[in-house]
Amino acid sequence: MTTTSTAEHRARTATAKPMIECRNVQKYYGDYHALRGIDLTIRESEFFSLLGPSGCGKTTLLRTIAGFEDISSGVVLIDGQDMQDVPANRRPTNMVFQSYAIFPHLTVAENVGFGLRRDPRSKAEKAAAVEEALAMVGLKGYGARASHALSGGQRQRVALARALILKPKVLLLDEPLSALDRKMREQMQVELIKLQRQVGITFVLVTHDQEEALVMSDRIAVMFDGQIAQLDGPEALYARPTSRRVANFIGVMNFLPAHVLGETASGVEVDVPGLGRVEIPMSNVSKSDPGDEGPTVGFRPEAVSLVAPGQPQQSRATAGVIDEVVYYGDMTYYDVRLDGSASADGRARPVRIAMRNVFGREVQDVGTRTNVSWSPGSLVLFR
Amino acid sequence: MKGGGLRIYAILYLLFLYAPIILLPIFAFNSGTIIAFPLKGFTTDWFGQMFENASLRRALTNSLIIAVSSSVFATCLGVFAARASTRFEFPGKGPIMGLIMLPLVLPEIIVSISLLVVLLSIGVQLNILTVILGHTLICMPYATVILSTAFNSLDRSLEEAAYDLGETKWSAFRLVILPLVMPGIISSLLMSFTISLDEFIIAFFLAGNEPTLPTYIFSQLRFPKQIPMIMALGTVLVVMSIILLTIAEYFRRRGIAKTGAKDTGGFL
Repeated sequence: MTTTSTAEHRARTATAKPMIECRNVQKYYGDYHALRGIDLTIRESEFFSLLGPSGCGKTTLLRTIAGFEDISSGVVLIDGQDMQDVPANRRPTNMVFQSYAIFPHLTVAENVGFGLRRDPRSKAEKAAAVEEALAMVGLKGYGARASHALSGGQRQRVALARALILKPKVLLLDEPLSALDRKMREQMQVELIKLQRQVGITFVLVTHDQEEALVMSDRIAVMFDGQIAQLDGPEALYARPTSRRVANFIGVMNFLPAHVLGETASGVEVDVPGLGRVEIPMSNVSKSDPGDEGPTVGFRPEAVSLVAPGQPQQSRATAGVIDEVVYYGDMTYYDVRLDGSASADGRARPVRIAMRNVFGREVQDVGTRTNVSWSPGSLVLFR
Repeated sequence: MKGGGLRIYAILYLLFLYAPIILLPIFAFNSGTIIAFPLKGFTTDWFGQMFENASLRRALTNSLIIAVSSSVFATCLGVFAARASTRFEFPGKGPIMGLIMLPLVLPEIIVSISLLVVLLSIGVQLNILTVILGHTLICMPYATVILSTAFNSLDRSLEEAAYDLGETKWSAFRLVILPLVMPGIISSLLMSFTISLDEFIIAFFLAGNEPTLPTYIFSQLRFPKQIPMIMALGTVLVVMSIILLTIAEYFRRRGIAKTGAKDTGGFL
């Protein structure tokens, strides 16, 4: 196996043929509108994530792709074929369930070989296929074990092997890591990426964990209320969310009210109390979600930094007072009241700033006056 | 001694429950015809008499046919009811399940009389078939409760996983669900069998001229000479029940060990 870089992989999948196409997919449960017109194209060999809070419709969408739920209207195509009248047991998809759904009365090998029951191959060939699938997920030699005696991580691997042995065109994963502890989860994230690159199958992952989605996916669809709010690669999603809701769901973002002064050729000129006048590049301007509070400028806690007076700083700087300090070991979070950012009631809403605790950098104290440095390219404008 | 009073209470309680059952084999092997102490001598005559008694054999055969049939019917219907109630939502589900459970709280004498009236008015001949009908009715609530518990404890995605892996709905049920609810099915069969075997009122009303074990024993109590033989019969039944329960418990524990489920307590 040759390892391809993530960049190469993404460049290749970006132009690959569509594997799953959803066109205006609607789903009602009685009066409840669970999917409100999903339009989505997932490409061959892509690691795709559906990310959103519980109840946003992501699992429903996954289950309509798998064929467990009928759609009320719209079209689902898999590899160019309309799935309208194709039941789940005949779709070229296999699923890894949240609970793994390992059959407790069967051994590991019987579980993995379950889908081969109708396969015309000989017994020996099937056994070899099972052994190969187990080796692929790192469970070589576990075939004879009772499946109920496995740990959570091992059950997950059995579920993966059981689904992948059928060589589906699409592997669907429903919150597959949510039952694992943190260490195991991080390990499985890396293994899942490797496995996906190795088998080259389209993976569709459902998760409510933004970090998990950012780590593993080539592209992510963020869903709220049965709709896709934003569909982008992990970096774009994190750096340039198109709505405050997406920005809030993925990581932490500071918001400051902004007054739009006018548009220029390259961006939008705004005045932000606390930051001053700044031109925000067009690529960072989103018109989707102004909300009640009017135009807002947003930035990530790590996009700004504390600078002791006299230290070199990024292109722009402002000043403020440290309001609160939260020490995390590798990071320290500071809440800083920026000078001139006071709202109508006279109190400044603090902004959160994250600083890595590198050697030699002292943790600042509450009440300290500090300079805050930032660059205009790291700001996003919601108007 | 800590809890001394409670300990004595517990011992007395167990004595009260089980001492009469211990009396059964004692008098079954006693050569005296009167059921009283002191014991006379050892004999197995009563057992011999029992095995030679044709009407007893007939009653036993009838009871076994009735118990096996009604436990199988009740369990089959229970499987349908339990699966429907745990897996699907449908209009009228609450009232329907309530109707299935109703015989549990209806006095049996009411059930018997109404069944008798209906059967007679539509001109059905009273025989063991009518008893099977009645017993299936009263075993249904027990079967449904036991099986609902078994179906409820199943992860719904097990069935979906089997379906997803290419099986049909029916083969997914057969390959995955059925083996996993098997302990529940066995429990339901045993429970229904036991209920039917010693049921008196329905058998008394609906059997016509056919004797069942309880109605036969009741009819023999009038003849003091027959009582030692009834004791022998009782002994055989107790031994059979213990063997049956042991087998059931063995299968239950084996099922639990095989699937790694948590032991939630069984019969023993």
